[in-house]
Amino acid sequence: MDPTSEQLLWMYEKMVEIREYEETMAKVYLEGKLPPKIQKGLAFDIGAGPVPGEMHLAAGQEPVAVGVCAHLRREDTVVGAHRPHHFAIAKDVDLLAMTSEMFGKENGLGKGKGGHMHLFDPAVKFSCSGIVGAGAPQACGAALAAKKLGKDWVAVSFFGEGAANQGSFHEALNLASLWKLPVIFVCEDNKYGISVEKSASTAIASNADRAAGYGMPGVLVDKNDAVAVFAAAGEAVARARRGEGPTLIEVKTDRYLGHFQGDPETYRPKNEAQHLRENDPINVLGAQLRERGELDDAKDAALRSTVSVRVQAAYEHARNSPYPAPEDALLHVFAD
Amino acid sequence: MSTATKVRTLTMAEAVSEGISQEMERDNRVFVMGEDIGKYGGIFSATTGLLDKFGPDRIMDTPISETGFMGTAIGAAAEGLRPISELMFVDFFGVCFDQIYNHLAKNTYMSGGNVKLPVVITTGIGGGYNDAAQHSQCLYATFAHMPGLKVVVPSNAYDAKGLMIQAIRDDNPVVFMYHKGIMGLSWMSYFEGSTNEVPAEPYTIPFGQAKVVREGKDLTIVTLSQMVQKSLLAADTLAAEGIDVEIVDLRTLVPLDKETVLRSVGKTGRVLIADEDYLSFGVSGEIAAIIAEQLNHLQLKAPVRRLAVPDVPIPFSRPLEQFAIPQVDSIADAVRALMQLNLD
Repeated sequence: MDPTSEQLLWMYEKMVEIREYEETMAKVYLEGKLPPKIQKGLAFDIGAGPVPGEMHLAAGQEPVAVGVCAHLRREDTVVGAHRPHHFAIAKDVDLLAMTSEMFGKENGLGKGKGGHMHLFDPAVKFSCSGIVGAGAPQACGAALAAKKLGKDWVAVSFFGEGAANQGSFHEALNLASLWKLPVIFVCEDNKYGISVEKSASTAIASNADRAAGYGMPGVLVDKNDAVAVFAAAGEAVARARRGEGPTLIEVKTDRYLGHFQGDPETYRPKNEAQHLRENDPINVLGAQLRERGELDDAKDAALRSTVSVRVQAAYEHARNSPYPAPEDALLHVFAD
Repeated sequence: MSTATKVRTLTMAEAVSEGISQEMERDNRVFVMGEDIGKYGGIFSATTGLLDKFGPDRIMDTPISETGFMGTAIGAAAEGLRPISELMFVDFFGVCFDQIYNHLAKNTYMSGGNVKLPVVITTGIGGGYNDAAQHSQCLYATFAHMPGLKVVVPSNAYDAKGLMIQAIRDDNPVVFMYHKGIMGLSWMSYFEGSTNEVPAEPYTIPFGQAKVVREGKDLTIVTLSQMVQKSLLAADTLAAEGIDVEIVDLRTLVPLDKETVLRSVGKTGRVLIADEDYLSFGVSGEIAAIIAEQLNHLQLKAPVRRLAVPDVPIPFSRPLEQFAIPQVDSIADAVRALMQLNLD
């Protein structure tokens, strides 16, 4: 399945947006967390600054999000994982409310109760979870609902290669295949589960092979390339919409940054991330667009400027928004 | 022809199943999934007859894959459906608790109220039939401890039907826990007080309303589930001895009706908490704490006493199990002892 120029441009712009979002966050996140303005003796203070808590960024992994979400509609469901920003942006989650949430502000998606691993935007049917592997069964539920409602909606479960060793992954695959649910399971193999290499955690080389055990197609996308992901996902989404059941896709992707910000990355070969950036998927897609005559320097600069304004506005919005009243901690344990 | 309405009694299992059935007729978003809930009708008969009535699309047998189908229930509920998901034995929550306490219980909160998860988890609880440590626990305190789950623990058929319909109509996750020894199963002895008159029409019982199931002036027993039936039998014995016991059936743990507990304890001045869950860090401690926090408003005549499983796993052998789980006689003994105690 070949993408149209419009789809290529959409993927390119979204990748640029995700990258700018993540690189901005990497900077903002460090505000207030470093010496000398923190407790004496500490090298880093995770709970300080305007964006406290853990922060898992997805720079480098953009092709997975855009290659899949290019096929999705608003009514389709996406369940992401603990590293969720690229999926959220590709699924058109409200950027202002999402950013406010990470700053813990009252106008955040969860009114400041969730933070960056727990983003919920029912308007575009997006959710995610900080628990590795937990989203796969929930995507089955969304798919079951679509089936019961007689819609051709699909559900996508995104997770890392580390999650493919969780029972929840295997239970979800079995259930989805058994009930022919319109789910696409998308495994991002970024090589590391925090610090543990895939070869030290997973008994087989490709998780796509595990699909055979559940009677569904398994597709390996062995390069970090938006067009390649687009092709694999296009088949899978079309199959799901036709009512033919789930597909498992594994994409070999690249994590440019640490598992979380502040990760010393001692487990990683020196300069690994730098080498990965030499084959950057945004540049690859940009070059393809230029070859097709869809992009030139002027158009690229204009696109990047538009994206930058959008992303920076989200950060400004979040920064300038008020915190919730402390006692609002008591609200929303139950729905009204 | 007589105009008197014929009294119709149901077992608690029949009442649960009737409640589910009537809600499924009323609301086509409601469906049931779980292990052996279809042809088998539920191991504890909570879904008997529903497959024939509603078919396999709405009465869905699942694989033995609790994480898979509990997560599926969450995902379906987020899309606006109203799943009832059966966990069979509460003891099995260990294989799927992440979905329950990290997601079902928290997603509404973490979304600032934007996500609603109207899931009812049904599960069998309790011992008394020698099924040992992995199939005999109550564990309602564990679920009640986690913010975000409503916890319903009925003691009889009438309450079970009304509370089940209320649970299905609630927009929040509800854990509906039925004690196996009051379901009225044909293959397990049970406390017959749990089989009672149940109206044929649908009705609801609001959550957070405890019920004084026996009025008395000497001592309050605060209790729930099967232990209500045991306490009623103990109270009959004690009445013959001149001890007049009041019994409060909590009915739901979340929300908890503190007022009814405090009103009764204020009236009698003596309280025994009778609980089939583990003693420490549980319902009995919670009720005791609620009373202790109000001692500036109410006058006790004796210290609070608790009767519960003495912090051991439920043993298999009959004499061991009957020792570990409070029985009618041990409730009566505890009441007699408490009547002898005085604060001053």
